[in-house]
Amino acid sequence: MKTNGYGFWIGSAVVLALACIAAATIKNEYYFFAAYIVVQFVVLATAWNILGGYAGYVNFGTSAFFGVGAYIAVMLIKWMNLPLGLQIVAAACVGGALGFAVGLLTLRLRGIFFSIATVAVTIILETAVINWRFVGGATGVQILRPPVMEPFDSYTKMLFVCAVILAIIAVAIARYIETSWIGRGLRAIRDNEEAAECTGVPTLKLKLAACAISGALMSAAGAPLAMYQSFVEPASAFNLTYSVSALAMPIIGGTSHWIGPVIGALLLGTVQQVVTVTISSELNVLVVGVLLVVFVVGAPQGIVGLFVKLREKIKGKNI
Amino acid sequence: MDLLLDAIVLGLLVGCFYAAVSVGLSVAFGLLDVPHIAHPAFLVLGAYGTYMLNRMGWDPILAGVALMPAFMLLGIAVYRFYYETFERRGSDAGLRGLAFFFGVVFIVEVGLVMVFGVDQRLVEAPYIGKSLAVGDMRLPLRLLVAFAMALVLTIGLSLYLSKTFTGRAIKAVAQDETALRLMGANPVRIKQWAFGIATAVTGLAGALLIIVGPVEPTIDRVYIGRTFCVVVLAGLGSMSGTLVAGIILGISESIVLTLLGASWAPAVSFGLLLVMLGIRPQGLFGR
Repeated sequence: MKTNGYGFWIGSAVVLALACIAAATIKNEYYFFAAYIVVQFVVLATAWNILGGYAGYVNFGTSAFFGVGAYIAVMLIKWMNLPLGLQIVAAACVGGALGFAVGLLTLRLRGIFFSIATVAVTIILETAVINWRFVGGATGVQILRPPVMEPFDSYTKMLFVCAVILAIIAVAIARYIETSWIGRGLRAIRDNEEAAECTGVPTLKLKLAACAISGALMSAAGAPLAMYQSFVEPASAFNLTYSVSALAMPIIGGTSHWIGPVIGALLLGTVQQVVTVTISSELNVLVVGVLLVVFVVGAPQGIVGLFVKLREKIKGKNI
Repeated sequence: MDLLLDAIVLGLLVGCFYAAVSVGLSVAFGLLDVPHIAHPAFLVLGAYGTYMLNRMGWDPILAGVALMPAFMLLGIAVYRFYYETFERRGSDAGLRGLAFFFGVVFIVEVGLVMVFGVDQRLVEAPYIGKSLAVGDMRLPLRLLVAFAMALVLTIGLSLYLSKTFTGRAIKAVAQDETALRLMGANPVRIKQWAFGIATAVTGLAGALLIIVGPVEPTIDRVYIGRTFCVVVLAGLGSMSGTLVAGIILGISESIVLTLLGASWAPAVSFGLLLVMLGIRPQGLFGR
């Protein structure tokens, strides 16, 4: 695929414009309610892929960062009623710091220890929040939505457009990392970390940077949850299903290119929404698990990989 | 002071139980290097198998033993599959193997929810619900039974690995696979066998899990922390270390339970695990 800078930005502008037009014309709120979740998963999957896909460090703790983002927003609302934009920025900062700290603790070790440590961080943070009265404890906390801001006629639509902007930022960052020297370094780490270290790649610094950026984006994605549900409780904000979805989507879409997580999230996110509405929310987790296993075993390069193979086949025939 | 003594004794009993639920992982992850994050899910699977046999009138421990052959076959099949799809193909086996087992966790969880529902399940046996008075202390009999079984299981497996020919071969494959191959042995077959044994032990440990307390499909998430904490604390692949590490975890959990309350308990194992990874990743008895 091309790395044409203009094409990407024009595409992003078109997507944003379409989202605004949709918000202005479509009346049924439910579409935005469902689409918000799908777009939120685009952010999470893209963020996961920065560390997981490029550097090969599997993060099981997406829900930790996501939950931290949500609770930072809750704190700022309860504390001094800050607006949504500032909540997201604050969440991103804390998420980045958390990513840096977790990385510092475990990225020196082999990959699986990092993965288990991220599960550990999830459960520890969830336990801490359960025991913290100020943010509602185990029963959760109700949030009153402030009045909606001017150009929008409903809060859900505003959150939807906000999520689209976040997704574009996330994809742009991932795309920048992928095409720059950072991405080359991360790929070298994935292929052979010792060899990378020996040839002068600053492996630890790169991994830490990737972990912090990835964490910041995940927390930013979690921040609007408080406003979206107008209710946050630890068991759902820190739910491990966010982790498995955020990991399954890039693997299904393809981890080597920034478009992979986007395709995976749009596809799997939509399927999840449909399954949740038509059948049950349990089955939706099963769909994620089964698809993850099927793709990991059968199509390790994901949909992008299948597409590339298909194109090569067609080309081969022409010659 | 009495409270603290109670906590330590209870912690000791529970700790041996933690060792028993972790020995399977100690073999699979510690010796064979398989990123077996689905181990706790298999444990819960064993607990539900025991529950089903118990409803047909079987004693839970007998049920656990009866489950072992089936779990052995399951383990062999899982390892075979893992080897063919990931280990043999080599590159980024770690990433994809981990993702694979993480997917398996959710498939098992949802499968159990769909068959048994989300309610808590327990087993019935003459020793469940009674307790034994020792001095002023009352020890629940179910914990004592689990404690005894856990000791048998852990020490048995540890003896098997150090005294028998196959057991030593398993340890050898963990040390140097190439050397074993040069000696004319087939490392894949040994690993397959070892993974089978690890899974069979996990099936029996699942019976202990449901003897110790009620089980629900997502209880495996807490046990991700407990089992990996014990295995890392012990040092990868150290069997005797597993017992010590289990007791350390059991006592710390039970002290936190007494001092701070039950809502903090899940964080203990994960916290201990993080601290250990941060300061001494090779564990207490690491190689």
